[in-house]
Amino acid sequence: MKSRAHRFKENAAAALANPVLQASMRKAKGKFVDKRAIAIREIDDFEATREAAKQIRNRVIENLDLWLEKFEETATARGATVLWAKDGAEICRHVVDVAKRHGVKKAVKSKSMLSEEAGLNLALTAAGIQPVETDLGEYILQINDNEPPSHIIAPVVHKSLDEVADLFAKTHHTPRKTDIPALTREAREVLREHFLTAEMGISGGNFLIAETGSVALVTNEGNGRMVTTLPKVHVVITGIEKVIPTLEDLATLMRLLPRSATGQSISNYVSVLTGVKRPDEPDGPEHLYFILVDNGRAEVVGSEFQDMLRCIRCGACMNHCPVYQTIGGQAYGWVYPGPMGSVLTPLYTGLENAIDLPHAGTLCNQCGVVCPVKIPLPELLRKLREKQVERHLRPWFERLAFRLWAWVASRPGLYGLGARFAARYLTWLADGKGSIPALGLAPEWTKGRDFPAPEGKTFRELYAEKKQ
Amino acid sequence: MTSRDDILGRVRARLNRNPENAAAGRAAIEATLAMRAQGPCPAIDSQKSALAGRQQAGTPPLLERLVEKSLAYSSTVDRVGTYAEAPAAVARYLAGLNLPLQAVIWPALARLDWAAAGLTVDTRGAEDHDLVGISGCFCAIAETGTLMLVSGPDTPASVSLLPETHIALVPASRIVAGMEEGFALARAELGQLPRAVNFISGPSRTGDIEQTIVLGAHGPYRVHLILLVQE
Repeated sequence: MKSRAHRFKENAAAALANPVLQASMRKAKGKFVDKRAIAIREIDDFEATREAAKQIRNRVIENLDLWLEKFEETATARGATVLWAKDGAEICRHVVDVAKRHGVKKAVKSKSMLSEEAGLNLALTAAGIQPVETDLGEYILQINDNEPPSHIIAPVVHKSLDEVADLFAKTHHTPRKTDIPALTREAREVLREHFLTAEMGISGGNFLIAETGSVALVTNEGNGRMVTTLPKVHVVITGIEKVIPTLEDLATLMRLLPRSATGQSISNYVSVLTGVKRPDEPDGPEHLYFILVDNGRAEVVGSEFQDMLRCIRCGACMNHCPVYQTIGGQAYGWVYPGPMGSVLTPLYTGLENAIDLPHAGTLCNQCGVVCPVKIPLPELLRKLREKQVERHLRPWFERLAFRLWAWVASRPGLYGLGARFAARYLTWLADGKGSIPALGLAPEWTKGRDFPAPEGKTFRELYAEKKQ
Repeated sequence: MTSRDDILGRVRARLNRNPENAAAGRAAIEATLAMRAQGPCPAIDSQKSALAGRQQAGTPPLLERLVEKSLAYSSTVDRVGTYAEAPAAVARYLAGLNLPLQAVIWPALARLDWAAAGLTVDTRGAEDHDLVGISGCFCAIAETGTLMLVSGPDTPASVSLLPETHIALVPASRIVAGMEEGFALARAELGQLPRAVNFISGPSRTGDIEQTIVLGAHGPYRVHLILLVQE
């Protein structure tokens, strides 16, 4: 997927001006937050569980090369084929090759964010293979001319019922309906046909289990089970960082993932899939492929951003982010929105291509507090900001302003004089009203709020008076 | 250079891999895999698992917790004594919903006398037209109200997936505390994991349209547990 993250400000402004999106975001706001708050109370020691999860993820990342070799060994021993992809283009090449090898005309897809990174649907279509998204939300986006998702687990959170009703009537040539169960039933019937006729299932992978060579898939709809039970070929596309050691580790992480994501104690379906079907088994794929993807991840290993590789893609950080809650996910411009996206997009697509994202947060640390694997997201955003400055990526006027500031601030006499002047000037500007409605030099800042007026003297003046 | 070597090469470089720390790393991996350390497990009124005491069939705390969580997950629950009583319980449930007394069943359940309860059953994997699927379970997990099913020639995965109604027979002796105990049981009884281990908690659902929960997204609309308290 081509990143539009460099246009974050424009995208965010458009999102703020979009009444349907604003209404949908207001409706969704707080739902996941409240459900999570209730669900985590079922765990006796939630903090200890978070700490255990952090250790599990760190253990693998600190020896990632060896764990990947281990996973490759165990998966291959069970009859799977392990392929490696450096980038999105190579993911597409692998999937198209596998499809051609097995005479695939249609591929049903369970959610895979990696396939979004790769723009896989376009590549499959170009190769004459029909991709069908089967997660209800992803399906809605696909039939709306491949619209990008706005949330990693609730991809159409920005869409209204009316929009979905119009889309279904147009695409399925059925009478328009606004009953949500009826719309869901309609999608079920359309997609069931695709499940039964597709030769290939494509899924992401929530976790890869090194002990057994398995992939763990977590869904509520059951589409993850469908695409891995009915077609004769199953292709798993996951990032290289998704390995965990044991089934016990899966049990620990599963206490956190659904609770953090949707506020459920467990998702309706969790499948642990290993190898291919036995000759005497009536269902299951005959061929299983894993595509292990780098696409920027290897460079993060051993770096000051390594903590980010622990991410288990629950979406709690965005659900709790005041910026995300207001602008939705598409404004972030690439696959991953919210705080985790504001860290991942610059790391995976280049700091210079996502110049505003490290600033698209208030550093309030709600994201850091709720993260089930304790990723210090505000700290990582701050480090990215530092990198931008080091690499001279900030705009010239910002750099100039900070240099001026530094020059003044390192001269106490001049600083005191400047502060006295500014305080007097702002007091005069406030004209006794206590606040300033519009600042000439910072019109953006006062667009949404008033600037509080200083009360006459500077701190240094007051301090000097007190001391006497 | 292959992509594999390229990717692994860059990861190794970033981790300052050398022969000594590689050997130490491999030893650490084998130790982790051998230890299978458990994370913190929430207390369930009783931690007596099927492994700890199989003869204590249906230890009440685990069974009650399973029932409570299953209901919370929109499943329905019935209780009978033994496998022999299950076909009649199935017939009652289907009649109550005005569903035809017809089902696809796991080959593993073929030994039960379904005909005596008035049921017509097909013993195979499920097909699209099947309305009712009847399975057993490998075990059930009290902590979250979850069925653990493993695939195999006698236990096809499609039976719990394609039909609109899924009925599962759950022997009380197979109710364990958490996922950890389920995996331990699988290792002890099956050796290696079968192709598909499916954890099922209630009917399929979606909340994608305006966060409104709808049951029966792709899988069953209804999940009905028949607890066999004397099994």
